[in-house]
Amino acid sequence: MKVLSRVALGALVAAGFATSASAATLDDIKKKGHVQCGVSQGLPGFSNTDDSGKWTGIDVDLCRAVAAAVFGDATKVKFTPLSAKERFTALQSGEVDILSRNTTWTMGRDTALGLNFAGVNYYDGQGFMVPKKLNVKSALELGGASVCTNTGTTTELNVADYFRSNNMKYEVVAFEKADEVVAAYDAGRCDVYTTDRSGLAAQRLKLSKADDHVVLPEIISKEPLGPVVRQGDDQWFNIVKWTHFAMVNAEEMGVSKANHAEMMKSANPGIKRLLGTEGDFGSKLGLGNDWASSVISQVGNYGEVYEANVGPNTPLKLARGSNALWTKGGLQYAPPVR
Amino acid sequence: MQGLIDRITSLPEWYFELGRIDVTFAILMLAGVIATIMSWKGRPGMLVGAAYVVVAVVLAYFMSFQAAVGLGMIASIAALLVPNIHPEHGTISWFNDPRARGLIAQIILFLLVTFGIYAMVTNTIVNLERQNIASGFGFLNQTAGFGINQTLIPYTEESTYGQTFIVGLLNTILVAIVGIFLATILGFIVGVARLSKNWVINKIAYWYIEVMRNVPLLLHIFVWYFAVLRAVPDKRDKWSLFDTFHLNIYGIWAPEPLPGPMFWMTVVAFLAAIVIAFILAKLAKARQMRTGETFPSFWVGLAIIIILPLAAFFATGSPLDFEHPKFVAEGPIFKRGFEFQSGLQVIPEFIALLLALSIYTAAYIAEIVRAGILAVSHGQTEAANALGLRSGPTLRLVVIPQALRVIIPPLTNQYLNLTKNSSLAVAIAYPDLVAVFAGTTLNQTGQAVEIIVITMLVYLGLSLVTSAIMNWYNSRIALVER
Ligand SMILES: N[C@@H](CCC(=O)N[C@@H](CS)C(=O)NCC(=O)O)C(=O)O
Repeated sequence: MKVLSRVALGALVAAGFATSASAATLDDIKKKGHVQCGVSQGLPGFSNTDDSGKWTGIDVDLCRAVAAAVFGDATKVKFTPLSAKERFTALQSGEVDILSRNTTWTMGRDTALGLNFAGVNYYDGQGFMVPKKLNVKSALELGGASVCTNTGTTTELNVADYFRSNNMKYEVVAFEKADEVVAAYDAGRCDVYTTDRSGLAAQRLKLSKADDHVVLPEIISKEPLGPVVRQGDDQWFNIVKWTHFAMVNAEEMGVSKANHAEMMKSANPGIKRLLGTEGDFGSKLGLGNDWASSVISQVGNYGEVYEANVGPNTPLKLARGSNALWTKGGLQYAPPVR
Repeated sequence: MQGLIDRITSLPEWYFELGRIDVTFAILMLAGVIATIMSWKGRPGMLVGAAYVVVAVVLAYFMSFQAAVGLGMIASIAALLVPNIHPEHGTISWFNDPRARGLIAQIILFLLVTFGIYAMVTNTIVNLERQNIASGFGFLNQTAGFGINQTLIPYTEESTYGQTFIVGLLNTILVAIVGIFLATILGFIVGVARLSKNWVINKIAYWYIEVMRNVPLLLHIFVWYFAVLRAVPDKRDKWSLFDTFHLNIYGIWAPEPLPGPMFWMTVVAFLAAIVIAFILAKLAKARQMRTGETFPSFWVGLAIIIILPLAAFFATGSPLDFEHPKFVAEGPIFKRGFEFQSGLQVIPEFIALLLALSIYTAAYIAEIVRAGILAVSHGQTEAANALGLRSGPTLRLVVIPQALRVIIPPLTNQYLNLTKNSSLAVAIAYPDLVAVFAGTTLNQTGQAVEIIVITMLVYLGLSLVTSAIMNWYNSRIALVER
């Protein structure tokens, strides 16, 4: 009992006194020498450690890009793995500077949590995965199924809406950690695994026999996934937002990691502004003028990051689809550097 | 409940008016000062002082917080300076009186603690506001929108977060109570077996204890969960016992009792039977004290408890129906297997958590039981035998009552541990309080401070209730000193 009350007091103290949401996130980051980035506990293609323990993925690369913009060095970033449930509290309390963890931008999260979404680095939607042997063709056949998913996600709410609006009975089995969802689905506790379709493509790789499972065609929700920062620090918000835009603009202008050195000599005024050989857009962010140049030379443009982590040549095999540039019929669009 | 929620919901505005918080603080302080003073009998000066304090704070209520604190302080000190008459030593000055000095120390400490709490609460509120994080308890009335797979009260996705709280709380209490029950039985059996002179039984108990308590609880939970899941038939299949109880990967399926309108008679008869048996035992004991004549009150009581409700049950025309779970063998693939919400489903998450908690805790209880029995010296048994008691009564009247005195306090600890450990449920998707309220609800609403405070208060409450019950039992069986 004594311990409990001490814990309670500690939590209150932490809540009351330990708000590190000071206005100048950038100064704090410069002082400590790295960006602290909240990622998932292991979602291949988005944020996952490889065999050597190095973090890889599209969400990870966004954090590296921010580090490149701030320090001119993409390695100056540390990662904090967070469960879906923990992520917002970790960002609010200042444990991480940026949350880049396949997090859906919703109105509630944007307005009630004291957080800001700084962009969308992956347009997604929720889907269902079922064992092939059940021979199901459509999600509308799922009435009576039991569904495994993660707690603390939009997924949990969408699935309830979907089954309810289609008048289908279901049972939801919600785990905190994604690995347990996979294990329970694999053991047959559920007929259906539901999450973002990108997440399904990634988690499927962890199943004992990935080829025995199919993702159904229905997309039951909009899941715009993107980086999140705390409210109240517009400078830091701008840095994260424009780091993403710089990568999208770079792809649109044909500037890549591969041709970066050549492009530094380009006469194209748009490219010159992006790479900082003209104008002083960097200083308005509180950064050096080569901020975007470092992002592209060290991490790459949006298309390169996409192809390397989740594209058709990776195990996830995700086509660009909605994530193609707006010029190619997709939704990725960045305001101009001007 | 609704009233309570309404009241809590109306807190935020109330709190955001910082002025009101100041008043709250002042009143708190006043209450403390008065309480301290009142507990100190025999000092007329202090009563005068208390009156000063009351007047000061009532005045301050219409002025400002600072004034309240200032006047309160002055009043307290003035109260102390009023010359007072000590019952034995006549008039003495206050700073030579250890009781007065102790009182001052208490008042100062109380003020500091109150101020600390006050500062934390206001600071939290201001910080949440500054960070633009929603606060208050209004979320308890909002629609939750997510499903839960074990609910002891009616619950749908349209229910509120307040209801998810109740669902989670009841699920926690359910697994804790059944867990405590099983762990106690198993623990007593293993503990006694550990003292057995039979080498095999003794060693089995020994290894049970060593293995079970040295494996982390979370591992127990996972092993049971995934072992249970892998061992049983899948959804569209089942194992059946007497064609009534069924088992598959979706859990245990059993007939659900549906009491009819007259069933309350049986319940009343049952309760009445317990009371009668209790009174009977008391009377029998009194008679034995008086005349020495014994009476088999246990067996007679048991018979009453069984026969009376049964008689009531049949007299009212057996008002109990059973709904059997519906098993569908044909048709759409997902509709096959047991139909949800038909019959009684015990989800595998509950089974795994229950087994893990009781088996793990039983190992500790076994050691406590062994220690308790060993603590009763053999001389007690010999003395009882010398008085002519047979071995049954010796155990029942001499050994066990003394052993219990040693067993109960650490046993209480284990009960508390089991209850708190049940929060590991979230690892295997059992919807306990931590999973659905401090987990999903917290995440969907983002109101971490409120929800964590509520959750901690609940665990504190559960622990206090458990302790209170056990302490009551403990004092009942304690040695009566004469
Ligand atoms: N986009 C959804 C779901 C995000 C989510 O947590 N998905 C799970 C399943 S794909 C996940 O990332 N698991 C990886 C992990 O827990 O580390 C949201 O923001 O609520």
